[in-house]
Amino acid sequence: MAPLAYITALHQALRDEMARDERVCVLGEDVRLGLTGITQGLAQAYGPERVVDMPLSEQGFTSLATGAAMAGQRPVVEFQIPSLLYLVFEQIANQAHKFSLMTGGQVSVPVTYLVPGSGSRSGMAGQHSDHPYSLFAHVGSRPWCRRRRRTPTGCWCPRCATPDPVAVFAPTMLMGTAEEVTGELGPVPLGSARVHREGTDVTVVAVGHLVPTALQVAAELAGEVSIEVVDPRTVYPVDWATLGESVAKTGRLVVMDDSNRMCGLGGEILATAAEEYALVAPPKRVSRPDGAVIPYALALDHALLPSAAQLTEAVRAVLK
Amino acid sequence: MRLIREFEERCFEMALSGELVGGIHPYIGQEAVAVGVCSQLDVQDVITSTHRGHGHVLAKGADPKRMLAELYGTTEGLNRGRGGSMHAADVSLGIFGANGIVGAGAPIATGAAWAARRAGREQVAVSFFGDGALSQGVVLEAFNLAALWSLPVVFVCENNGYATSLPVGRGLAGDPVRRAAGFGMTAWSVDGMDVETVAEAAAAAVDGCRRGAGPYFLECKTYRFHGHHSFEQQVGIDYREGDEVARWQDRDPLTLQRDRLPADVVASVDAEIAALVEDAVAFARSSPAPDPGDALEYLYAGPIAARPGSVL
Repeated sequence: MAPLAYITALHQALRDEMARDERVCVLGEDVRLGLTGITQGLAQAYGPERVVDMPLSEQGFTSLATGAAMAGQRPVVEFQIPSLLYLVFEQIANQAHKFSLMTGGQVSVPVTYLVPGSGSRSGMAGQHSDHPYSLFAHVGSRPWCRRRRRTPTGCWCPRCATPDPVAVFAPTMLMGTAEEVTGELGPVPLGSARVHREGTDVTVVAVGHLVPTALQVAAELAGEVSIEVVDPRTVYPVDWATLGESVAKTGRLVVMDDSNRMCGLGGEILATAAEEYALVAPPKRVSRPDGAVIPYALALDHALLPSAAQLTEAVRAVLK
Repeated sequence: MRLIREFEERCFEMALSGELVGGIHPYIGQEAVAVGVCSQLDVQDVITSTHRGHGHVLAKGADPKRMLAELYGTTEGLNRGRGGSMHAADVSLGIFGANGIVGAGAPIATGAAWAARRAGREQVAVSFFGDGALSQGVVLEAFNLAALWSLPVVFVCENNGYATSLPVGRGLAGDPVRRAAGFGMTAWSVDGMDVETVAEAAAAAVDGCRRGAGPYFLECKTYRFHGHHSFEQQVGIDYREGDEVARWQDRDPLTLQRDRLPADVVASVDAEIAALVEDAVAFARSSPAPDPGDALEYLYAGPIAARPGSVL
């Protein structure tokens, strides 16, 4: 089988879901043309009532999706850049996320927020380069940080995943990649991590596009240290059982996370490990700096992102 | 209107005495708006409400017993004690919830109207909000979407003269009706103290929406007789000058309507409502408090189990 492009997998997952469920519709900017590639051709297939180009009013159409979901639709809202999530934080964190509890379970809000091109895009500078999945994990919305396309279908689909709001972050650095597919395409269960490589000395938890980096470092250090690479896949909820099993085996932990260090996902995994796992060495994390703003110049952009060299250093540090 | 007034007066007493822990945003004085508009709606029509939402929720048909039980924070409440005054909802009656963020309901109602059209249902959605919400960007974004797509939404602006303590003249540039008309909506301003005037305008707007001529904007000029929140009375804040409250109370919507009705009808309504509210108070006081161990129940509709804040 020919390698499947990451973007094709996202597109196919959406197309399949639209074919399966009439209530699934796509709302966003430039979705009829499919500027990000994911929605290309869907307007021709399903019509402009289901693939709706929105005026530039993110707050308005994000809550429009909330109301539509409460009234029985299954909207997918595409955001062209991840920083727009800051603009609609009220609409997601304070409205969509809270309706289930606030109404005593009368409604849920099955909206999917699709964020293609999340994270640094090389040269897009301060306002187009964030990767804010930790923020959504913090408030309890359900961000998924997708890497592999082995099982992308339905990762955001209410039938397969959850009737609650879900944010799907597709990292920029994977958008142009392709990979051999093994096995059936199908939904990823909520909170199910994947062990990409087994090892006995150090557990490296890597999120999204950092999984290939972790695998590369594991391969490079193979003669020196046996690294187990675990991808949480959904960053909320986290599959604590799989992480715990891995750390029970290795006793050592490094987390590689493209969030800011302060209150990022990496910090949460380290805290949980400190509370609950039998570590034989202090754990480490590799992340963006506190409160990072990505600079324009490419060398500066890359300087703030988690790197293979930093991971190598962190792995050696936990072995001391 | 009588039900809302009586209900709210009891709530206000209970808020001042501390019996209702969160206090209330009293709707007293504005009853004609909720009743005039909701009298024109069917059960399946949708409303979104505000933090000052008791009137809308009751006018749309919510059970006063379960509404008061909700304010009491009990399991018999509309929201099983999870929502309280600012989030009271009964989705089975199209009440998509009071909302604690000013203007937040406008795009939600617009989304409900859009969903209804997609599903081929002849529903109308009504979004209630105050004059303060006209300064919220998200409300204007909702206007744009609703007008662009001719959605069946009635935007009801309850202009009670104040955004919390800020007089409308110091918070709002231009005129609400002209602002709405700028989006291509049919927009009217009506006397929000007269329930029959409001009902007549709402009937025209709802009918227009059902014929595909929506959205509509209705400015209802009204007044709240009490402060923004019961807290204001407790701490003694007052920002309204002279006899402003008294002047508006002279046009009390209940008095206006009572004078149009035969005395025996008024007496029978008053008696019926008094009994209803007494029943609601008794029901609320006797309904059970939730188990603290269930505080995370309903956080997710799906199978996610949130970890507790403390694990030993």
